[in-house]
Amino acid sequence: MRLFDLRLIIAFLFGLYGVVLVVVGLGFTSDEDLRKAEGVNINLWAGVAMAALAAVFAAWAMLRPQFVDTDKQPLKEL
Amino acid sequence: MSVSVVAEADLRLDAGPIDYALLVIYFVVVLGIGVMARRSVSSSLDFLLSGRSLPAWVTGLAFISANLGALELMGMTANGAQYGMATVHYYWIGAIPAMVFLGLVMMPFYYGSKVRSVPEFMRRRFGKPAHLVNAISFAVAQVLIAGINLFALAVIIDALLGWPLPVSIVVAAVVVLAYTTLGGLSAAIYNEVLQFFVIVAALAPLTIVGLIKVGGWQGIVEKVTDQEQLSAWPATELTGINSPVWSVIGLVFGLGFVLSFGYWTTNFAEVQRAMSAKSMSAAKRTPIIGAYPKALIPAIIIIPGIIAALIVPEMAQLKAGAAGDGVDYNDVLPLLMRDLLPNGILGIAITGLLASFMAGVAANVSSFNTVFTYDLWQDYVKKDRPDEYYLRVGRLATVGACVLAIGTAFIAAALGGSNIMDYIQALFSFFNAPLFATFILGMFWKRMTPTAGWVGLLAGTFTAIFIYVISEPSFGIELLELPGQGASFLGAGLAFVVDILVSVAVTMVTRPKPDSELVGLVYSLTPKEDRAHSTTGEDAGWYRSPALLGGGVLALTTVLYFIFG
Repeated sequence: MRLFDLRLIIAFLFGLYGVVLVVVGLGFTSDEDLRKAEGVNINLWAGVAMAALAAVFAAWAMLRPQFVDTDKQPLKEL
Repeated sequence: MSVSVVAEADLRLDAGPIDYALLVIYFVVVLGIGVMARRSVSSSLDFLLSGRSLPAWVTGLAFISANLGALELMGMTANGAQYGMATVHYYWIGAIPAMVFLGLVMMPFYYGSKVRSVPEFMRRRFGKPAHLVNAISFAVAQVLIAGINLFALAVIIDALLGWPLPVSIVVAAVVVLAYTTLGGLSAAIYNEVLQFFVIVAALAPLTIVGLIKVGGWQGIVEKVTDQEQLSAWPATELTGINSPVWSVIGLVFGLGFVLSFGYWTTNFAEVQRAMSAKSMSAAKRTPIIGAYPKALIPAIIIIPGIIAALIVPEMAQLKAGAAGDGVDYNDVLPLLMRDLLPNGILGIAITGLLASFMAGVAANVSSFNTVFTYDLWQDYVKKDRPDEYYLRVGRLATVGACVLAIGTAFIAAALGGSNIMDYIQALFSFFNAPLFATFILGMFWKRMTPTAGWVGLLAGTFTAIFIYVISEPSFGIELLELPGQGASFLGAGLAFVVDILVSVAVTMVTRPKPDSELVGLVYSLTPKEDRAHSTTGEDAGWYRSPALLGGGVLALTTVLYFIFG
């Protein structure tokens, strides 16, 4: 049994979320949106943070890839 | 929580296309995980226990996430608004010691004995009567709780987005059904880890904007009128016990010892996450790794609650003793989302809330199907079939669980909801404290007999029910007057003591199992090397030592108590 790497899924989802929120934050933020969040462009900052999270997971997955444990039983392909 | 109130208040969120788009992306990823996990399922153990192959950080985050359901999120932000800092006890003393204990003391027996479920440990240690009591009560509880989760989800989605109840119930159940039938426990666990990050991504911005609005921590300290709400001790409001000394004793023994040890160490929906880890070391580390986010997450759950009581007008009214415009403390999270989050991040917050409901249902369903397949079907109905047969039973059990959960949700909706939910949840809390008493006695006292196992369990459970009945105001026989959490602390404490006393007494007059049948299940009969974990390969390194990590999180919690207590 060997599963795909969850770290790449996390990187994918938050990478996508990050890009969408940065675009919304930069391009589609009205004054009313800003007022709601006390003048903070929360979409932009949350987007940047999510993109950073995605980068961390992607880097982790690249640097320490999942390895096949040869002690355990061999993979069964369906 | 009383969900019926949510629907009355005006909580409708101004969700736009972008918010729905972010929600849809999440659903697609969740289903994609199910489809991809399908490829690595080739046996019943793969399907029901992830083939015991997952790394510790995954099982650790899933461990905490399975507990971070939406009802928990909404309930704890509500407690933050109502009781203030005292709510941290649920996260610190009410969780961390028990999680470390599970990892260091109990996991060697759970994982080392190779049992596939908590009830299976019960069967090997105490035989069939105790096993049946445990397996059936657990299976029934999981299905009913899954149904309650579905119903609560539907009520909140109706309030927030205006979707009709049946649509939400069926859509959420079908999504959960799709990914858990395809990918089994692996899909459920992967999605729980994903859900953990989405919840943090939803709550952290909410907390930050809230803090800016209220003027930072300093602003909170200045604006909170009842300064007692800024300290965690002695939490007399939370416990409902007027004497500060007894309130602290109730917290430490009732919440910190009996309730939390009962929940965290015997609830299979939690323990299953650790059993799916790939090695003894990873299994021991699972609850301990989960303890770190558990210790820190009050920052983005309780603080928003406290802030809401200061800046959301309806909450401030409620707190001041007024009727609060039909709002209830449980509406804190939706109200904050409404007031603070613009479109975009609002979509993430809605996704986080929905994700945590669905992950809760998936945790119930994925632990139900394991207990149903291995503990009920394989043990009592059809023994000795080939493994493919049990894999098929596991898949069918998943479908059955979802159908029953949908049924429960519709019945709850037809009966009008909230009270029934409260009763059902109270009912199942009765099983935890006595279970813990029986397990801990059975793990450390080899003389304890099979008869003592089930008699003690029943005696403890009935004690808990008795205390509940005589202290619950709505039953009209209120012999004990304990508002707040006091009654549940007392019920659990007495249930624990009665279970121990009855078990000891029954053991004295019945026959114990021979030592040879208890190897691996009882402390004194399990060789040290069977309890030890490997320290090579992927388990190497001082930072992977379960004892060190456990000590670290206990130290962290102590420091947090000094700063915020």
